[in-house]
Amino acid sequence: MDIRTVSPDQVMIWQWGPISLNATIVFTWAVMGLLVLVSWLVTRRISSDVQFSRWQNLLEILVKGMQDQIRDISHQETGIYLPFVGTLFLFIAVCNLLSIVPGYTPPTASLSTTAALAICVFVAVPLYGIMNRGLLGHLRQYTRPTVFMLPFNIMGELSRTLALAVRLFGNMMSGAKIGAILLAIAPLLFPIVMHALGLLTGLIQAYIFSVLAMVYIASATRAQQEREQKQEKEHEEKGEESHG
Amino acid sequence: MDSISLIGTASVVTAGLTVAIGSIGPSLGEGRSVAQALSSIAQQPDETNSITRTLFVGLAMIESTAIYCFVVAMILIFANPFWDHVIAK
Repeated sequence: MDIRTVSPDQVMIWQWGPISLNATIVFTWAVMGLLVLVSWLVTRRISSDVQFSRWQNLLEILVKGMQDQIRDISHQETGIYLPFVGTLFLFIAVCNLLSIVPGYTPPTASLSTTAALAICVFVAVPLYGIMNRGLLGHLRQYTRPTVFMLPFNIMGELSRTLALAVRLFGNMMSGAKIGAILLAIAPLLFPIVMHALGLLTGLIQAYIFSVLAMVYIASATRAQQEREQKQEKEHEEKGEESHG
Repeated sequence: MDSISLIGTASVVTAGLTVAIGSIGPSLGEGRSVAQALSSIAQQPDETNSITRTLFVGLAMIESTAIYCFVVAMILIFANPFWDHVIAK
């Protein structure tokens, strides 16, 4: 990647008349295709036997790990959260990890990709909130603890979406930029070291993005859960009193 | 000084200052949080998992301020609207 191009949006790969394909679109579709192809190939011959393929083992470890993380964060059943959060994690992780392939620029180093992902989270949080406690219940959430907090809650909702997008974009873009700058200063060894560090950063950023998405969703759905637990506890105490 | 050199100087100096000053606060904060997390892990090794997860999320939150500064510096150097305006004129 050239040092002058801030984002892979400006790297044109194919152009025909008014239609042009930039690096972001091409590599996003490549990553999506890769993910779909690998999961289709692996789950085609899935077995519940003791003997199973090592690829199935890999996918099972991934899904189990994501389920455990989601359960730890949200203290709820993972069923409806796993597809969304897991997809976010897998997509961002594969996008970032493929950056060791020569000629590949991670689509997450473009603000349009990260903004799209952040908008997905922005839409998903109210959706899960409404699914969990109904429209009125979710809207009432914005006026907590008092009505005066309403503008701040809305601002927080918007600013954290911006933060999600800019954080991922900044981290991935800085990785590519530092690689390019070091290539000009100290060509042989340092870019490799920074690239290895970039792999770690990329995985951590994928993890953080999905964990933050899950934290936001959990905060929109949790209050209901806590109230139910409190009611249950009160019921139990009453029951004990009446029994005693 | 004409406006081109004025804008160029201001952009470069401001970009340097943005990263320099903007990285002080987050680095102090990250150092403090990592030190605290390590001592918590040393005291309660059983809670390593949840401490590490919270630490990473917190680090990302802290680091995002530094990332904002970096993005602003990058905009100032590579995609400066004032510079483009002056060059286009």
